[in-house]
Amino acid sequence: MTIWNLLVREILHRKLNFALGVLSVVVASGSLVGAVALLQIHDAHTNRLLEAKQAELTQQMAQLQDDTRKAMLKLGFNVVILPKDQNLNDWYADDYASKYMPEDYVDRLANAKVVTVRHFLPSLQQKIEWPERKRTIILVGARGEVPDLHRSPVQPLVQPVPPGTITLGYELHRSMGIKQGEQVELMGRKFTVQACHKERGDKDDITAWIYLAEAQELLDKPRQINAILALECLCVGEEGLPIIRAEIEKILPGTQVIERGSEVIARAEARVKVEEQARASLEQEQQAREDLRQVRERFASVLIPVIITACAISIGILGFANVRARREEIGILCALGVRGRHILVMFLSRHVLVGAIGGTLGFAAGVLVAGYFGTARDGAQSSGPLAEISMMGGGVAWVGLLLLSVAGAAALAVIAGWIPTMVATRQDPADILRSE
Amino acid sequence: MLEFKNVSKWFSVKSSKDNGSAGRVTALKEVSFSVRAGELLAVRGPSGCGKTTLLLTAGGLLRPSAGQITVAGQDPYKLDPEKRSGLRARTIGFVFQQFNLIPYLTVRQNILAASLAVRSDAVRRFFKCPYGHTTNKKAADRAGSLIDRFGLADRAGHVPAQLSTGERQRTALARALLNEPKVILADEPTGNLDEDNAQTVFGYLSQYVSDGGCVLLVTHDARSAAHATRTIQMNAGQIVA
Repeated sequence: MTIWNLLVREILHRKLNFALGVLSVVVASGSLVGAVALLQIHDAHTNRLLEAKQAELTQQMAQLQDDTRKAMLKLGFNVVILPKDQNLNDWYADDYASKYMPEDYVDRLANAKVVTVRHFLPSLQQKIEWPERKRTIILVGARGEVPDLHRSPVQPLVQPVPPGTITLGYELHRSMGIKQGEQVELMGRKFTVQACHKERGDKDDITAWIYLAEAQELLDKPRQINAILALECLCVGEEGLPIIRAEIEKILPGTQVIERGSEVIARAEARVKVEEQARASLEQEQQAREDLRQVRERFASVLIPVIITACAISIGILGFANVRARREEIGILCALGVRGRHILVMFLSRHVLVGAIGGTLGFAAGVLVAGYFGTARDGAQSSGPLAEISMMGGGVAWVGLLLLSVAGAAALAVIAGWIPTMVATRQDPADILRSE
Repeated sequence: MLEFKNVSKWFSVKSSKDNGSAGRVTALKEVSFSVRAGELLAVRGPSGCGKTTLLLTAGGLLRPSAGQITVAGQDPYKLDPEKRSGLRARTIGFVFQQFNLIPYLTVRQNILAASLAVRSDAVRRFFKCPYGHTTNKKAADRAGSLIDRFGLADRAGHVPAQLSTGERQRTALARALLNEPKVILADEPTGNLDEDNAQTVFGYLSQYVSDGGCVLLVTHDARSAAHATRTIQMNAGQIVA
């Protein structure tokens, strides 16, 4: 016979008292663990929500940026770089420059760490007579975008025209019945029609695009261009243009910079505003979640001590009931010579056991209840209590929380049961046996 | 083996509800006697004459107000509570009228409950398997032989509620004998038993005495006292005959 045997058999004999004690501890530790887990779930939800919103914002902004870039392309370009001696009256009248500059200007720009511009498109444009077709067209030689080399690569805005191919504006291919893939002859050279554009309602409809080097050859302007289109300028607003202009003119002194398309600037400004609003909304959401967390924390900080105190009182009362029921047993054990400290150990061990079992069950109950309420609160966003718990995952020190629950519950039970235990050990066996 | 020298015991009580002044009730008054090994001393007297107080005082459970008690050559009240408990565990066995069995333990476990007090290693006492230790083995063997001797073999696995009163008292007696005490203190051990069972219990006590044990029996029953080797009469806390 050991004290442990005695303890186990007593528990089995007085199951109700033990079960009620365990239940009290389950409620106390379950409430505490549940509150902690609920706050963890809240944090996990907040992170998930904000991450989703951030991703959505990033996607929206990317889409908006792309739309703006496309709008820039269609509405005109932010700036166009022309040779310094180009007469702007002529340029506005003809819509292309009559003066030329070296093609390597664009490479100098690309290598010069220009911070305000992201894309450079060199071109050679000239109004010509298509001799084979007897039509006046605008011939554009383009070699595609020259990437800004010090930035991360960006999606090209304009697809380059490959050598040996030609892209035709709407009016040209419609009126001449030319189809994509056909071969056409331009100034004695054969080209394959790479694309036939849809109607745009501007001079693009009578424009033919070919590879820049071929255009330079046909127009007898080797290594010459007459415009560099600077796309997607990052500076917007009234002060934007002087910054871009100063930056470009510093690198290419023999050029002039002309603003194109104020609608585009408006769009870019709108894009920035949308981004600002979206970010403000995200911050508001973050603040709202933080406020909600604080409310829950305050609520838990008031409720949990009340519950724990009530449970401690319950454990104390059950402890007294147990001591009272075992009065005769204490008397006879003393008469048998069992020492007071062993009776102390026996009663305290019972409280430790109540606490350890209650703490373990309370931990499980708290986590499950938190998972359930986490699910109920977030409704369709959640896929069940277990999913909520697994969602918290590695963010929570589960083992630590379990140990804290078990150790804390055992301590609570021992503290709550301390007075009844002291009463038990101070029972006078003579009084008990005489009263029997 | 057991000696009382001028032992007195009084209790402080409030004498009346009206004035609340403290008074004193004398339960034992200058009691002196001795019980030798191989002797069964019966202390007779009416209810409230101090018999149970005498027994508890002899058992080291109730410190006398005056006088000296010697059990197996030691004054239990000169020992600290721990050592007094040890002395009680090794030297004294109690048998009560109400049996005082632990209700959730079987007959075997109730008998073995007496072994809880004699082992010194607290850690081992708490965790060690009852039958995995020498002391436990010895106690288990002794419990087995007492169960056989007291005719409880077929009831060894039963709890007190499933036993007859005679079986309960035999269990209590077996528990008192487990640690082979030098003295048995018996308080009306046959008070709740029929004649046959009472005879059986006295048979065991007589056997214990003839084996060299010493029994102090307190009773108000003349038939019980008839089994004693010597009888003293008590009245109002004093030995009167």
